[in-house]
Amino acid sequence: MTTTLEHAIDQSQHHSFLSRVMSLQVFWVFLAALLACLTLSLITDTFATERNLFNVTRNFAFVAIIAIGMTTVIASGGIDLSVGASVVLSAVAMGASMESGYPIWVAGLLAIGAALLVGLVNGVLIAFVGMPSFVVTLGMLSFARSMALVLSNNKMIYQFGPDHDLLLWLGGGSTFGIPHPLIVMVILGIIMSFVFKWTRWGQHVFAIGGNESAAILTGVPVRMTKVSVYMFSAFTAGVAGILMVGWLGSVTTNLGTAMELTVIAAAVIGGANLAGGEGTVFGAVVGALLIEVIRNSLILLGISTFWQGAFIGSFIIIAVGFDRIRRLRSQD
Amino acid sequence: MVERLRLTGISKHFGAIHALNEVSLSVNEGEVLGLMGDNGAGKSTLVKIIAGNFRPSRGGISLDGELCDFHRPKDAQNAGIEIVYQDLALCDNLTASSNVYLGRELRQRVGPLQVLDYKRMHRRAGELFAQLKSETRPRDLVRKMSGGQRQAVAIARTLLSDAKVVLMDEPTAAISVRQVAEVLDVIRHLRDRGITVILISHRMPDVFAVSDRIAVLRRGELVAHKPTVDSSPEEVTGLITGAIHTA
Repeated sequence: MTTTLEHAIDQSQHHSFLSRVMSLQVFWVFLAALLACLTLSLITDTFATERNLFNVTRNFAFVAIIAIGMTTVIASGGIDLSVGASVVLSAVAMGASMESGYPIWVAGLLAIGAALLVGLVNGVLIAFVGMPSFVVTLGMLSFARSMALVLSNNKMIYQFGPDHDLLLWLGGGSTFGIPHPLIVMVILGIIMSFVFKWTRWGQHVFAIGGNESAAILTGVPVRMTKVSVYMFSAFTAGVAGILMVGWLGSVTTNLGTAMELTVIAAAVIGGANLAGGEGTVFGAVVGALLIEVIRNSLILLGISTFWQGAFIGSFIIIAVGFDRIRRLRSQD
Repeated sequence: MVERLRLTGISKHFGAIHALNEVSLSVNEGEVLGLMGDNGAGKSTLVKIIAGNFRPSRGGISLDGELCDFHRPKDAQNAGIEIVYQDLALCDNLTASSNVYLGRELRQRVGPLQVLDYKRMHRRAGELFAQLKSETRPRDLVRKMSGGQRQAVAIARTLLSDAKVVLMDEPTAAISVRQVAEVLDVIRHLRDRGITVILISHRMPDVFAVSDRIAVLRRGELVAHKPTVDSSPEEVTGLITGAIHTA
Protein backbone atom coordinates (compact mmCIF):
# COMPACT_ATOMS: atom_id res chain seq x y z
CA MET A 1 0.00 0.00 0.00
CA THR A 2 2.63 2.50 1.00
CA THR A 3 4.84 1.54 -1.91
CA THR A 4 2.05 2.19 -4.39
CA LEU A 5 1.23 5.48 -2.70
CA GLU A 6 4.83 6.60 -2.79
CA HIS A 7 5.04 5.45 -6.38
CA ALA A 8 2.00 7.54 -7.24
CA ILE A 9 3.43 10.57 -5.51
CA ASP A 10 6.75 10.13 -7.29
CA GLN A 11 5.23 10.25 -10.72
CA SER A 12 5.27 13.56 -12.41
CA GLN A 13 2.69 14.60 -14.94
CA HIS A 14 2.09 12.01 -17.60
CA HIS A 15 2.13 14.43 -20.50
CA SER A 16 4.94 14.08 -22.96
CA PHE A 17 7.18 16.98 -23.80
CA LEU A 18 5.41 17.51 -27.13
CA SER A 19 1.91 17.66 -25.67
CA ARG A 20 3.13 20.09 -23.03
CA VAL A 21 4.67 22.39 -25.61
CA MET A 22 1.60 22.20 -27.80
CA SER A 23 -0.67 23.23 -24.96
CA LEU A 24 1.15 26.54 -24.64
CA GLN A 25 -0.33 29.61 -26.27
CA VAL A 26 3.12 30.96 -26.98
CA PHE A 27 3.90 27.90 -29.10
CA TRP A 28 1.05 28.66 -31.49
CA VAL A 29 1.87 32.35 -31.58
CA PHE A 30 5.47 31.48 -32.35
CA LEU A 31 4.30 29.18 -35.12
CA ALA A 32 2.12 31.97 -36.54
CA ALA A 33 5.01 34.41 -36.52
CA LEU A 34 7.29 31.86 -38.18
CA LEU A 35 4.68 31.06 -40.79
CA ALA A 36 4.17 34.77 -41.54
CA CYS A 37 7.92 35.22 -41.98
CA LEU A 38 8.17 32.22 -44.32
CA THR A 39 5.24 33.33 -46.43
CA LEU A 40 6.63 36.84 -46.69
CA SER A 41 10.05 35.61 -47.73
CA LEU A 42 8.41 33.62 -50.52
CA ILE A 43 5.94 36.14 -51.88
CA THR A 44 8.00 39.31 -51.50
CA ASP A 45 11.61 39.80 -52.40
CA THR A 46 11.96 42.62 -49.88
CA PHE A 47 11.27 40.79 -46.61
CA ALA A 48 14.22 38.44 -46.40
CA THR A 49 16.75 41.13 -47.21
CA GLU A 50 19.41 41.88 -44.66
CA ARG A 51 18.32 45.49 -44.42
CA ASN A 52 14.69 44.64 -43.69
CA LEU A 53 15.47 41.89 -41.18
CA PHE A 54 17.81 44.29 -39.41
CA ASN A 55 14.98 46.83 -39.18
CA VAL A 56 12.42 44.29 -38.04
CA THR A 57 14.59 42.88 -35.27
CA ARG A 58 15.59 46.31 -34.06
CA ASN A 59 12.07 47.72 -34.11
CA PHE A 60 10.56 44.83 -32.21
CA ALA A 61 13.33 44.85 -29.61
CA PHE A 62 12.07 48.13 -28.10
CA VAL A 63 8.58 46.77 -27.59
CA ALA A 64 9.92 43.38 -26.45
CA ILE A 65 12.18 44.93 -23.78
CA ILE A 66 9.23 46.75 -22.22
CA ALA A 67 6.94 43.75 -22.75
CA ILE A 68 9.26 41.74 -20.49
CA GLY A 69 8.70 44.34 -17.75
CA MET A 70 4.97 44.43 -18.50
CA THR A 71 4.72 40.64 -18.30
CA THR A 72 6.23 40.80 -14.82
CA VAL A 73 3.63 43.36 -13.74
CA ILE A 74 0.80 41.35 -15.32
CA ALA A 75 2.08 38.13 -13.72
CA SER A 76 1.84 39.87 -10.34
CA GLY A 77 -1.80 40.67 -11.06
CA GLY A 78 -1.36 44.34 -11.97
CA ILE A 79 -1.04 46.52 -15.05
CA ASP A 80 1.30 49.37 -15.90
CA LEU A 81 -0.16 51.97 -18.25
CA SER A 82 2.64 54.44 -17.60
CA VAL A 83 5.41 52.72 -19.56
CA GLY A 84 5.00 54.92 -22.64
CA ALA A 85 5.32 57.99 -20.44
CA SER A 86 8.36 56.48 -18.71
CA VAL A 87 9.94 56.01 -22.13
CA VAL A 88 9.59 59.68 -23.05
CA LEU A 89 10.61 60.87 -19.58
CA SER A 90 13.75 58.76 -19.70
CA ALA A 91 14.48 59.90 -23.25
CA VAL A 92 14.07 63.57 -22.37
CA ALA A 93 16.21 63.21 -19.23
CA MET A 94 18.86 61.53 -21.37
CA GLY A 95 18.71 64.06 -24.16
CA ALA A 96 18.51 67.18 -22.02
CA SER A 97 21.38 66.22 -19.73
CA MET A 98 23.63 65.22 -22.62
CA GLU A 99 22.77 68.40 -24.47
CA SER A 100 23.93 70.39 -21.47
CA GLY A 101 27.28 68.63 -21.60
CA TYR A 102 27.06 65.66 -19.23
CA PRO A 103 28.84 62.46 -20.26
CA ILE A 104 26.70 59.59 -21.48
CA TRP A 105 26.95 57.48 -18.33
CA VAL A 106 25.78 60.34 -16.06
CA ALA A 107 22.90 61.03 -18.44
CA GLY A 108 22.11 57.32 -18.53
CA LEU A 109 21.96 57.16 -14.73
CA LEU A 110 19.71 60.23 -14.65
CA ALA A 111 17.40 58.74 -17.28
CA ILE A 112 17.14 55.37 -15.52
CA GLY A 113 16.78 57.19 -12.20
CA ALA A 114 13.83 59.21 -13.55
CA ALA A 115 12.17 56.02 -14.77
CA LEU A 116 12.80 54.21 -11.49
CA LEU A 117 11.28 57.12 -9.62
CA VAL A 118 8.12 56.74 -11.70
CA GLY A 119 8.08 53.03 -10.85
CA LEU A 120 8.68 53.71 -7.18
CA VAL A 121 5.77 56.14 -6.93
CA ASN A 122 3.53 53.70 -8.82
CA GLY A 123 4.60 50.84 -6.59
CA VAL A 124 4.19 52.67 -3.30
CA LEU A 125 0.73 53.96 -4.22
CA ILE A 126 -0.37 50.50 -5.34
CA ALA A 127 1.25 48.35 -2.65
CA PHE A 128 1.19 50.58 0.43
CA VAL A 129 -1.77 52.89 -0.19
CA GLY A 130 -3.72 50.06 -1.81
CA MET A 131 -4.93 51.89 -4.89
CA PRO A 132 -5.78 49.92 -8.07
CA SER A 133 -2.83 49.67 -10.44
CA PHE A 134 -4.98 50.72 -13.40
CA VAL A 135 -5.86 54.05 -11.80
CA VAL A 136 -2.42 54.82 -10.41
CA THR A 137 -0.57 54.12 -13.63
CA LEU A 138 -3.21 55.91 -15.69
CA GLY A 139 -2.61 59.00 -13.59
CA MET A 140 1.14 58.47 -13.89
CA LEU A 141 0.85 58.18 -17.67
CA SER A 142 -0.48 61.71 -17.73
CA PHE A 143 1.86 63.03 -15.04
CA ALA A 144 5.13 61.62 -16.37
CA ARG A 145 4.41 62.70 -19.94
CA SER A 146 3.66 66.17 -18.68
CA MET A 147 6.96 66.18 -16.78
CA ALA A 148 8.74 65.29 -20.01
CA LEU A 149 7.09 68.30 -21.68
CA VAL A 150 8.09 70.56 -18.79
CA LEU A 151 11.69 69.33 -18.78
CA SER A 152 12.17 69.73 -22.51
CA ASN A 153 9.91 72.74 -22.88
CA ASN A 154 8.49 70.72 -25.77
CA LYS A 155 11.57 71.41 -27.87
CA MET A 156 13.16 68.78 -30.02
CA ILE A 157 16.62 67.76 -28.82
CA TYR A 158 19.10 66.61 -31.45
CA GLN A 159 22.47 67.82 -30.12
CA PHE A 160 23.84 65.47 -27.50
CA GLY A 161 27.06 67.18 -26.42
CA PRO A 162 30.46 65.45 -26.25
CA ASP A 163 29.14 61.85 -26.34
CA HIS A 164 26.79 62.51 -29.27
CA ASP A 165 28.24 59.80 -31.50
CA LEU A 166 28.46 57.27 -28.71
CA LEU A 167 24.73 57.65 -28.04
CA LEU A 168 23.85 57.18 -31.70
CA TRP A 169 26.07 54.09 -31.78
CA LEU A 170 24.46 52.74 -28.61
CA GLY A 171 20.91 52.91 -29.91
CA GLY A 172 21.32 52.75 -33.65
CA GLY A 173 24.53 50.80 -34.14
CA SER A 174 25.26 47.13 -34.30
CA THR A 175 27.90 44.66 -33.24
CA PHE A 176 28.62 41.65 -35.47
CA GLY A 177 25.65 42.79 -37.55
CA ILE A 178 23.25 42.49 -34.62
CA PRO A 179 21.49 45.73 -33.68
CA HIS A 180 22.26 46.82 -30.12
CA PRO A 181 18.63 46.99 -28.94
CA LEU A 182 18.29 43.33 -29.92
CA ILE A 183 21.41 42.44 -27.90
CA VAL A 184 20.00 44.27 -24.87
CA MET A 185 16.69 42.46 -25.32
CA VAL A 186 18.33 39.04 -25.52
CA ILE A 187 20.46 39.65 -22.41
CA LEU A 188 17.48 40.98 -20.46
CA GLY A 189 15.35 38.10 -21.70
CA ILE A 190 17.84 35.45 -20.62
CA ILE A 191 18.32 37.03 -17.20
CA MET A 192 14.59 37.39 -16.58
CA SER A 193 13.73 33.87 -17.76
CA PHE A 194 16.17 32.65 -15.18
CA VAL A 195 14.84 35.02 -12.50
CA PHE A 196 11.21 33.98 -13.10
CA LYS A 197 11.94 30.30 -12.67
CA TRP A 198 14.83 30.08 -10.27
CA THR A 199 14.60 32.88 -7.74
CA ARG A 200 12.48 33.50 -4.72
CA TRP A 201 11.47 36.87 -6.15
CA GLY A 202 10.15 35.24 -9.33
CA GLN A 203 8.22 32.69 -7.34
CA HIS A 204 6.73 35.43 -5.18
CA VAL A 205 5.65 37.54 -8.17
CA PHE A 206 3.68 34.59 -9.56
CA ALA A 207 2.30 33.72 -6.12
CA ILE A 208 1.01 37.27 -5.67
CA GLY A 209 -0.63 37.13 -9.08
CA GLY A 210 -2.12 33.73 -8.32
CA ASN A 211 -3.59 34.48 -4.92
CA GLU A 212 -2.52 37.65 -3.20
CA SER A 213 -4.14 36.89 0.14
CA ALA A 214 -2.43 33.48 0.20
CA ALA A 215 0.88 35.20 -0.41
CA ILE A 216 0.22 37.59 2.47
CA LEU A 217 -0.81 34.77 4.83
CA THR A 218 2.24 32.68 4.05
CA GLY A 219 4.57 35.55 4.84
CA VAL A 220 5.61 36.58 1.32
CA PRO A 221 6.81 40.21 1.42
CA VAL A 222 3.94 41.22 -0.86
CA ARG A 223 4.30 44.99 -0.64
CA MET A 224 8.01 45.17 -1.28
CA THR A 225 7.71 42.67 -4.11
CA LYS A 226 4.98 44.74 -5.73
CA VAL A 227 7.03 47.93 -5.48
CA SER A 228 9.99 46.16 -7.07
CA VAL A 229 7.78 44.83 -9.88
CA TYR A 230 6.62 48.34 -10.86
CA MET A 231 10.17 49.63 -10.57
CA PHE A 232 11.37 46.86 -12.85
CA SER A 233 8.69 47.67 -15.41
CA ALA A 234 9.69 51.34 -15.34
CA PHE A 235 13.33 50.30 -15.61
CA THR A 236 12.68 48.41 -18.85
CA ALA A 237 10.84 51.46 -20.18
CA GLY A 238 13.79 53.66 -19.18
CA VAL A 239 16.26 51.41 -20.99
CA ALA A 240 14.08 51.36 -24.09
CA GLY A 241 13.82 55.17 -23.90
CA ILE A 242 17.61 55.60 -23.93
CA LEU A 243 18.02 53.18 -26.83
CA MET A 244 15.28 54.90 -28.79
CA VAL A 245 16.98 58.28 -28.46
CA GLY A 246 20.15 56.79 -29.88
CA TRP A 247 18.25 55.10 -32.69
CA LEU A 248 16.20 58.16 -33.70
CA GLY A 249 19.02 60.65 -33.14
CA SER A 250 16.57 63.06 -31.60
CA VAL A 251 14.05 63.37 -28.80
CA THR A 252 10.56 64.59 -29.45
CA THR A 253 7.94 64.62 -26.75
CA ASN A 254 5.53 62.40 -28.67
CA LEU A 255 7.96 59.51 -28.25
CA GLY A 256 6.33 56.40 -26.81
CA THR A 257 2.79 57.72 -27.26
CA ALA A 258 0.30 54.83 -27.00
CA MET A 259 3.24 52.47 -26.70
CA GLU A 260 1.73 50.97 -23.52
CA LEU A 261 -1.03 49.48 -25.63
CA THR A 262 1.35 47.79 -28.05
CA VAL A 263 3.37 46.48 -25.11
CA ILE A 264 0.32 45.10 -23.32
CA ALA A 265 -0.81 43.56 -26.60
CA ALA A 266 2.57 41.86 -26.99
CA ALA A 267 2.45 40.49 -23.45
CA VAL A 268 -1.11 39.24 -23.83
CA ILE A 269 -0.51 37.66 -27.25
CA GLY A 270 2.47 35.93 -25.66
CA GLY A 271 0.29 34.29 -23.02
CA ALA A 272 0.34 36.71 -20.09
CA ASN A 273 -2.98 36.42 -18.26
CA LEU A 274 -4.44 39.76 -17.20
CA ALA A 275 -6.02 37.99 -14.21
CA GLY A 276 -2.49 37.45 -12.93
CA GLY A 277 -0.23 34.51 -12.22
CA GLU A 278 0.69 33.62 -15.79
CA GLY A 279 3.15 34.86 -18.35
CA THR A 280 6.58 34.09 -19.73
CA VAL A 281 9.51 36.14 -20.96
CA PHE A 282 9.66 34.12 -24.16
CA GLY A 283 5.96 34.81 -24.71
CA ALA A 284 6.48 38.55 -24.34
CA VAL A 285 9.29 38.49 -26.89
CA VAL A 286 7.35 36.35 -29.35
CA GLY A 287 4.27 38.53 -28.94
CA ALA A 288 6.30 41.64 -29.72
CA LEU A 289 7.88 39.89 -32.71
CA LEU A 290 4.52 38.91 -34.13
CA ILE A 291 3.19 42.46 -33.89
CA GLU A 292 6.24 43.82 -35.69
CA VAL A 293 6.06 41.15 -38.38
CA ILE A 294 2.41 41.99 -39.02
CA ARG A 295 3.27 45.68 -39.23
CA ASN A 296 6.21 45.08 -41.50
CA SER A 297 4.39 42.67 -43.78
CA LEU A 298 1.50 45.08 -44.32
CA ILE A 299 3.96 47.74 -45.40
CA LEU A 300 5.83 45.38 -47.70
CA LEU A 301 2.63 44.08 -49.23
CA GLY A 302 1.58 47.63 -49.93
CA ILE A 303 -1.50 47.48 -47.72
CA SER A 304 -2.52 50.79 -46.20
CA THR A 305 -1.10 51.32 -42.71
CA PHE A 306 -4.63 52.12 -41.61
CA TRP A 307 -5.17 48.37 -41.55
CA GLN A 308 -2.47 47.69 -38.95
CA GLY A 309 -4.71 48.22 -35.97
CA ALA A 310 -7.33 45.86 -37.38
CA PHE A 311 -4.81 43.07 -37.87
CA ILE A 312 -3.11 43.47 -34.49
CA GLY A 313 -6.45 43.81 -32.72
CA SER A 314 -7.77 40.66 -34.35
CA PHE A 315 -4.65 38.82 -33.37
CA ILE A 316 -4.99 39.75 -29.70
CA ILE A 317 -8.50 38.40 -29.67
CA ILE A 318 -7.65 35.27 -31.67
CA ALA A 319 -4.64 34.44 -29.49
CA VAL A 320 -6.61 34.76 -26.27
CA GLY A 321 -9.60 33.04 -27.87
CA PHE A 322 -7.51 30.00 -28.73
CA ASP A 323 -6.28 29.85 -25.16
CA ARG A 324 -9.84 30.03 -23.90
CA ILE A 325 -10.98 27.17 -26.17
CA ARG A 326 -8.03 25.03 -25.08
CA ARG A 327 -8.90 25.60 -21.42
CA LEU A 328 -12.53 24.70 -21.90
CA ARG A 329 -11.48 21.51 -23.67
CA SER A 330 -9.02 20.51 -20.94
CA GLN A 331 -11.70 20.96 -18.30
CA ASP A 332 -13.87 18.23 -19.82
CA MET B 1 0.11 15.11 29.71
CA VAL B 2 2.05 18.29 29.32
CA GLU B 3 0.23 21.54 28.86
CA ARG B 4 0.98 23.09 25.48
CA LEU B 5 -1.10 26.22 25.03
CA ARG B 6 -2.82 28.31 27.69
CA LEU B 7 -5.01 31.35 27.16
CA THR B 8 -5.73 33.47 30.21
CA GLY B 9 -8.45 36.08 30.28
CA ILE B 10 -8.29 36.92 26.58
CA SER B 11 -10.49 39.88 25.65
CA LYS B 12 -10.68 41.68 22.36
CA HIS B 13 -12.57 44.87 21.63
CA PHE B 14 -13.08 46.49 18.26
CA GLY B 15 -14.24 49.91 19.33
CA ALA B 16 -17.50 49.36 21.19
CA ILE B 17 -17.83 45.76 20.00
CA HIS B 18 -16.65 43.12 22.46
CA ALA B 19 -15.64 40.23 20.22
CA LEU B 20 -14.13 38.22 23.06
CA ASN B 21 -14.63 38.49 26.78
CA GLU B 22 -12.30 36.90 29.35
CA VAL B 23 -11.69 33.66 27.50
CA SER B 24 -9.43 31.23 29.36
CA LEU B 25 -8.62 27.74 28.20
CA SER B 26 -5.76 25.32 27.89
CA VAL B 27 -4.81 22.44 25.59
CA ASN B 28 -2.25 19.70 26.17
CA GLU B 29 0.28 18.39 23.73
CA GLY B 30 -1.03 15.67 21.44
CA GLU B 31 -4.57 16.76 22.10
CA VAL B 32 -7.32 17.85 19.70
CA LEU B 33 -9.51 20.71 20.85
CA GLY B 34 -12.77 21.24 19.01
CA LEU B 35 -13.65 24.92 19.05
CA MET B 36 -17.30 25.50 18.30
CA GLY B 37 -19.74 28.36 18.16
CA ASP B 38 -22.20 30.11 15.92
CA ASN B 39 -21.21 32.67 13.31
CA GLY B 40 -20.02 35.77 15.10
CA ALA B 41 -19.41 33.94 18.36
CA GLY B 42 -15.75 34.96 18.29
CA LYS B 43 -14.08 31.79 16.96
CA SER B 44 -12.29 33.53 14.12
CA THR B 45 -11.18 36.36 16.38
CA LEU B 46 -9.76 33.88 18.87
CA VAL B 47 -7.94 31.99 16.13
CA LYS B 48 -6.53 35.21 14.74
CA ILE B 49 -5.25 36.17 18.18
CA ILE B 50 -3.52 32.81 18.63
CA ALA B 51 -2.07 33.04 15.11
CA GLY B 52 -0.72 36.54 15.71
CA ASN B 53 -3.00 38.43 13.32
CA PHE B 54 -4.50 40.43 16.20
CA ARG B 55 -3.14 41.30 19.61
CA PRO B 56 -5.60 40.78 22.45
CA SER B 57 -6.93 43.89 24.20
CA ARG B 58 -6.33 42.08 27.50
CA GLY B 59 -5.06 38.71 28.59
CA GLY B 60 -2.11 36.52 27.69
CA ILE B 61 -1.06 33.50 25.68
CA SER B 62 1.52 31.07 26.93
CA LEU B 63 3.11 28.30 24.92
CA ASP B 64 4.88 25.50 26.81
CA GLY B 65 4.71 27.62 29.92
CA GLU B 66 6.30 30.67 28.33
CA LEU B 67 4.36 33.90 27.92
CA CYS B 68 4.13 34.97 24.28
CA ASP B 69 3.45 38.32 22.69
CA PHE B 70 2.79 38.04 18.96
CA HIS B 71 2.95 41.22 16.92
CA ARG B 72 2.82 39.58 13.53
CA PRO B 73 1.76 36.17 12.14
CA LYS B 74 5.45 35.45 11.58
CA ASP B 75 6.07 35.68 15.35
CA ALA B 76 3.48 33.01 16.03
CA GLN B 77 4.88 30.88 13.23
CA ASN B 78 8.37 31.14 14.66
CA ALA B 79 7.03 30.09 18.06
CA GLY B 80 5.56 26.94 16.47
CA ILE B 81 1.96 27.91 15.80
CA GLU B 82 0.76 27.07 12.30
CA ILE B 83 -2.60 27.74 10.75
CA VAL B 84 -4.54 26.06 7.95
CA TYR B 85 -6.93 28.65 6.59
CA GLN B 86 -10.54 28.08 5.72
CA ASP B 87 -10.04 29.08 2.09
CA LEU B 88 -6.77 27.10 2.20
CA ALA B 89 -4.71 30.07 0.99
CA LEU B 90 -3.27 28.27 -2.00
CA CYS B 91 -2.00 29.66 -5.28
CA ASP B 92 -3.71 27.71 -8.06
CA ASN B 93 -1.09 28.66 -10.62
CA LEU B 94 1.81 27.12 -8.69
CA THR B 95 2.77 23.50 -8.10
CA ALA B 96 1.96 21.62 -4.92
CA SER B 97 5.52 21.78 -3.66
CA SER B 98 5.83 25.50 -4.46
CA ASN B 99 2.70 26.05 -2.39
CA VAL B 100 4.03 24.02 0.51
CA TYR B 101 7.21 26.07 0.50
CA LEU B 102 5.63 29.45 -0.30
CA GLY B 103 7.32 32.15 1.76
CA ARG B 104 10.11 29.84 2.94
CA GLU B 105 11.52 28.46 -0.29
CA LEU B 106 14.64 26.34 -0.08
CA ARG B 107 17.61 27.68 -1.93
CA GLN B 108 21.03 26.46 -2.88
CA ARG B 109 24.17 28.27 -3.82
CA VAL B 110 25.27 28.03 -7.43
CA GLY B 111 28.40 30.09 -7.87
CA PRO B 112 27.55 33.60 -6.68
CA LEU B 113 23.80 33.02 -6.96
CA GLN B 114 21.13 31.73 -4.63
CA VAL B 115 18.73 29.67 -6.70
CA LEU B 116 15.64 27.72 -5.73
CA ASP B 117 16.32 24.10 -4.85
CA TYR B 118 13.36 22.49 -6.63
CA LYS B 119 14.77 19.00 -6.27
CA ARG B 120 14.90 19.16 -2.49
CA MET B 121 11.50 20.91 -2.26
CA HIS B 122 9.86 18.29 -4.50
CA ARG B 123 11.37 15.43 -2.52
CA ARG B 124 10.47 16.82 0.89
CA ALA B 125 6.94 17.76 -0.21
CA GLY B 126 6.53 14.21 -1.58
CA GLU B 127 7.60 12.79 1.78
CA LEU B 128 5.09 14.98 3.59
CA PHE B 129 2.25 13.92 1.27
CA ALA B 130 3.21 10.30 1.85
CA GLN B 131 3.15 10.93 5.60
CA LEU B 132 -0.33 12.38 5.22
CA LYS B 133 -1.31 9.31 3.16
CA SER B 134 -2.42 11.59 0.36
CA GLU B 135 -1.87 10.81 -3.28
CA THR B 136 -0.66 14.28 -4.19
CA ARG B 137 2.12 14.84 -6.66
CA PRO B 138 4.53 17.66 -5.78
CA ARG B 139 5.01 18.73 -9.39
CA ASP B 140 1.33 19.03 -10.26
CA LEU B 141 -0.40 22.38 -10.39
CA VAL B 142 -2.80 22.96 -7.52
CA ARG B 143 -5.39 24.15 -10.08
CA LYS B 144 -5.89 20.55 -11.16
CA MET B 145 -6.30 19.09 -7.68
CA SER B 146 -9.24 17.69 -5.75
CA GLY B 147 -10.46 19.16 -2.48
CA GLY B 148 -8.69 16.46 -0.47
CA GLN B 149 -5.41 17.02 -2.26
CA ARG B 150 -5.67 20.75 -1.69
CA GLN B 151 -6.16 20.03 2.01
CA ALA B 152 -3.07 17.86 1.99
CA VAL B 153 -1.06 20.70 0.45
CA ALA B 154 -2.32 23.18 3.04
CA ILE B 155 -1.64 20.79 5.92
CA ALA B 156 1.77 19.70 4.60
CA ARG B 157 2.78 23.33 4.99
CA THR B 158 2.29 23.10 8.75
CA LEU B 159 4.45 19.98 8.95
CA LEU B 160 7.41 21.72 7.33
CA SER B 161 8.42 23.42 10.48
CA ASP B 162 8.13 21.42 13.65
CA ALA B 163 4.78 22.86 14.56
CA LYS B 164 3.61 22.62 18.17
CA VAL B 165 0.11 23.88 17.60
CA VAL B 166 -1.87 23.59 14.36
CA LEU B 167 -5.02 25.68 14.00
CA MET B 168 -7.49 24.39 11.44
CA ASP B 169 -10.25 26.72 10.37
CA GLU B 170 -13.18 24.74 8.91
CA PRO B 171 -11.00 22.17 7.14
CA THR B 172 -13.98 19.97 6.26
CA ALA B 173 -16.37 22.66 5.10
CA ALA B 174 -16.13 22.34 1.33
CA ILE B 175 -15.12 18.76 0.56
CA SER B 176 -16.72 15.40 -0.16
CA VAL B 177 -17.54 12.76 2.46
CA ARG B 178 -14.62 10.55 1.51
CA GLN B 179 -12.27 13.52 1.68
CA VAL B 180 -13.63 14.48 5.10
CA ALA B 181 -12.57 11.04 6.34
CA GLU B 182 -9.11 11.67 4.89
CA VAL B 183 -8.79 15.01 6.64
CA LEU B 184 -9.91 13.55 9.96
CA ASP B 185 -7.25 10.88 9.54
CA VAL B 186 -4.71 13.59 8.99
CA ILE B 187 -5.80 15.31 12.19
CA ARG B 188 -5.38 12.06 14.16
CA HIS B 189 -2.02 11.64 12.53
CA LEU B 190 -0.91 15.10 13.65
CA ARG B 191 -2.15 14.35 17.17
CA ASP B 192 -0.18 11.08 17.28
CA ARG B 193 2.94 13.05 16.49
CA GLY B 194 2.36 15.07 19.65
CA ILE B 195 1.03 18.12 17.85
CA THR B 196 -1.79 20.06 19.45
CA VAL B 197 -4.63 20.60 17.01
CA ILE B 198 -7.32 23.22 17.44
CA LEU B 199 -10.16 22.36 15.10
CA ILE B 200 -12.66 25.08 14.34
CA SER B 201 -15.71 23.55 12.75
CA HIS B 202 -19.45 23.78 12.30
CA ARG B 203 -19.73 20.08 11.61
CA MET B 204 -20.68 18.38 14.84
CA PRO B 205 -19.89 14.79 13.72
CA ASP B 206 -16.36 15.74 12.70
CA VAL B 207 -15.63 17.44 15.98
CA PHE B 208 -16.97 14.52 17.98
CA ALA B 209 -15.01 12.06 15.82
CA VAL B 210 -11.58 13.48 16.50
CA SER B 211 -11.55 15.90 19.42
CA ASP B 212 -10.41 15.16 22.97
CA ARG B 213 -11.87 18.34 24.39
CA ILE B 214 -14.56 20.70 23.30
CA ALA B 215 -14.77 24.43 23.84
CA VAL B 216 -17.88 26.39 22.98
CA LEU B 217 -18.00 30.13 22.43
CA ARG B 218 -21.20 32.16 22.52
CA ARG B 219 -21.21 35.92 21.92
CA GLY B 220 -17.55 36.17 22.84
CA GLU B 221 -17.85 34.19 26.08
CA LEU B 222 -16.51 30.73 26.73
CA VAL B 223 -19.57 28.76 27.85
CA ALA B 224 -18.05 25.28 27.96
CA HIS B 225 -14.62 23.68 28.05
CA LYS B 226 -14.75 19.97 28.82
CA PRO B 227 -13.63 16.51 27.65
CA THR B 228 -15.53 15.37 24.57
CA VAL B 229 -16.56 12.11 26.25
CA ASP B 230 -18.43 14.07 28.93
CA SER B 231 -20.44 15.97 26.38
CA SER B 232 -22.90 15.18 23.63
CA PRO B 233 -23.92 16.75 20.32
CA GLU B 234 -27.25 17.71 21.91
CA GLU B 235 -25.54 19.53 24.76
CA VAL B 236 -23.17 21.36 22.41
CA THR B 237 -26.04 22.41 20.15
CA GLY B 238 -27.82 23.76 23.20
CA LEU B 239 -24.69 25.62 24.27
CA ILE B 240 -24.15 27.13 20.84
CA THR B 241 -27.71 28.37 20.51
CA GLY B 242 -27.99 29.47 24.12
CA ALA B 243 -30.69 26.95 25.10
CA ILE B 244 -28.23 25.73 27.72
CA HIS B 245 -26.33 28.52 29.48
CA THR B 246 -23.13 26.85 30.63
CA ALA B 247 -21.71 23.38 31.09
